Amino acid sequence: MDLLTKFIDTYPVFLKGMLLTFEITIVSIFIAIFIGLFFAFLKISNIKILEWIADLYIFLVRGTPLVVQIFIFYFGLTAFNISDFLAVVLGLAFHNGAYIAEIFRGAIQSIDHGQMEAGRSLGMTMGLTMRRIILPQASRRALPPLGNQFIIALKDSSLASFIGMYELFNVATTHGSLKYDYMSYLLIVAVYYLVLVLFFSIIVRIIEKKMSSSD
Amino acid sequence: MSKDIMINVEKLNKSFGDLHVLRDIDMTVNQSEVVCLIGASGSGKSTLLRCINFLELKDSGLVMIGGEKIEKETHDLNEVRARVGMVFQHFNLFPHKTVLQNVMEAPIYVKKYPKEEAKMEARALLKKVGLLDKENVYPSKLSGGQKQRVAIARALAMKPEIMLFDEPTSALDPELVGEVLATMKELAEEGMTMVVVTHEMGFAREVADWAVYMHEGRIVEVGHPEQLFSNPKEARTKNFLDSVL
Ligand SMILES: Nc1ncnc2c1ncn2[C@@H]1O[C@H](COP(=O)(O)OP(=O)(O)O)[C@@H](O)[C@H]1O
Ligand SMILES: [Mg+2]
Repeated sequence: MDLLTKFIDTYPVFLKGMLLTFEITIVSIFIAIFIGLFFAFLKISNIKILEWIADLYIFLVRGTPLVVQIFIFYFGLTAFNISDFLAVVLGLAFHNGAYIAEIFRGAIQSIDHGQMEAGRSLGMTMGLTMRRIILPQASRRALPPLGNQFIIALKDSSLASFIGMYELFNVATTHGSLKYDYMSYLLIVAVYYLVLVLFFSIIVRIIEKKMSSSD
Repeated sequence: MSKDIMINVEKLNKSFGDLHVLRDIDMTVNQSEVVCLIGASGSGKSTLLRCINFLELKDSGLVMIGGEKIEKETHDLNEVRARVGMVFQHFNLFPHKTVLQNVMEAPIYVKKYPKEEAKMEARALLKKVGLLDKENVYPSKLSGGQKQRVAIARALAMKPEIMLFDEPTSALDPELVGEVLATMKELAEEGMTMVVVTHEMGFAREVADWAVYMHEGRIVEVGHPEQLFSNPKEARTKNFLDSVL
């Protein structure tokens, strides 16, 4: 049986796995963006204790393997009757939030200080200037690294297979072990990942183009 | 119109850490007066302007705006800042907003003007600075002189009582300086109270009522521009003028 027939025979299951991979990624990144924004604001607050809290969070995420984080969230949260899906999603969101916090912090700090001055000289409060002037420019700058982080999260979501989520990677290894043919199904799943990544890269590029129309 | 005192600064002191940037500054600016501030780089001119619109908070002394003593404890400084317009050396236009949006932003979000009204007023201001045809353009498409005129319109949109200019033409190519100075002159003729940090002596001579020379955080000499530039009383003023002219 050649690779193509295996591909055609299994695509319904793989597509389902892909959908789950997609869902896990989207939802976790969505939550991670809020976590990231929150910790980015702590980092730039100029209030020592808040900065320390953010530093600690980032240290914890960077200092431990993602698979450990996911297992901790899985065992920690499912004990409270939280679904496997949500546990994994929160684990990934916790992880990506730290990287996204750094992305937002960098983007906000890269905006010329004169923008805040101009806003405030017009009588705008710091918060209003942040919201209306700084953040729109910063998010534009954050978009390329955010897109990158999204793609990393997409690939990292394969770790959800370790706790039994039937996403792409799990579909592949399950087929591999059933048919004693790991190689074929790993090659097939690689194609699915590549297509997903390509798809998202294109979307990010389109958004970037749209947003940069003013420059 | 009676000569109301618009800005009154008394014994103003400001330090950044160990650096004592403003030392016992006294200055009074009456309504409709135009004052030019000159002095070497680092002498505290920008800091003085920034203390007058509270982007920087004084360490001690008194700052009065429109006859009212302003303290951070008793005043909403955002409101005070809305009454004092500021124009920066590097324009600081909002690059993600069109020219019109730049001018409308603060009236809509600070003064809560209805959009249509803000738009009408913004258009009138753009017309005044000669840039109505650029209303839908983003700042990156403008020349430096045009950017600075938009920045002036943006500040005027808040209907300030006072306008502060911090080296408004020093970032401009020489051929673009004139159009900005012309806009400022027009503003002065309409009776705007203005404090201008500039080394454009021609402008100062023509437009300013008096000029101030600052050196190491102090006001060294005050005088009529013509007198101060041609016949300074203080040796330090003379040295400075010799070095820049
Ligand atoms: N936010 C600040 N923090 C520390 N030092 C500052 C700050 N702003 C200005 N200074 C210092 O204060 C001095 C006066 O600055 P400034 O008012 O900008 O002078 P000028 O506008 O006359 O060139 C300079 O030595 C400058 O480095
Ligand atoms: Mg300066």
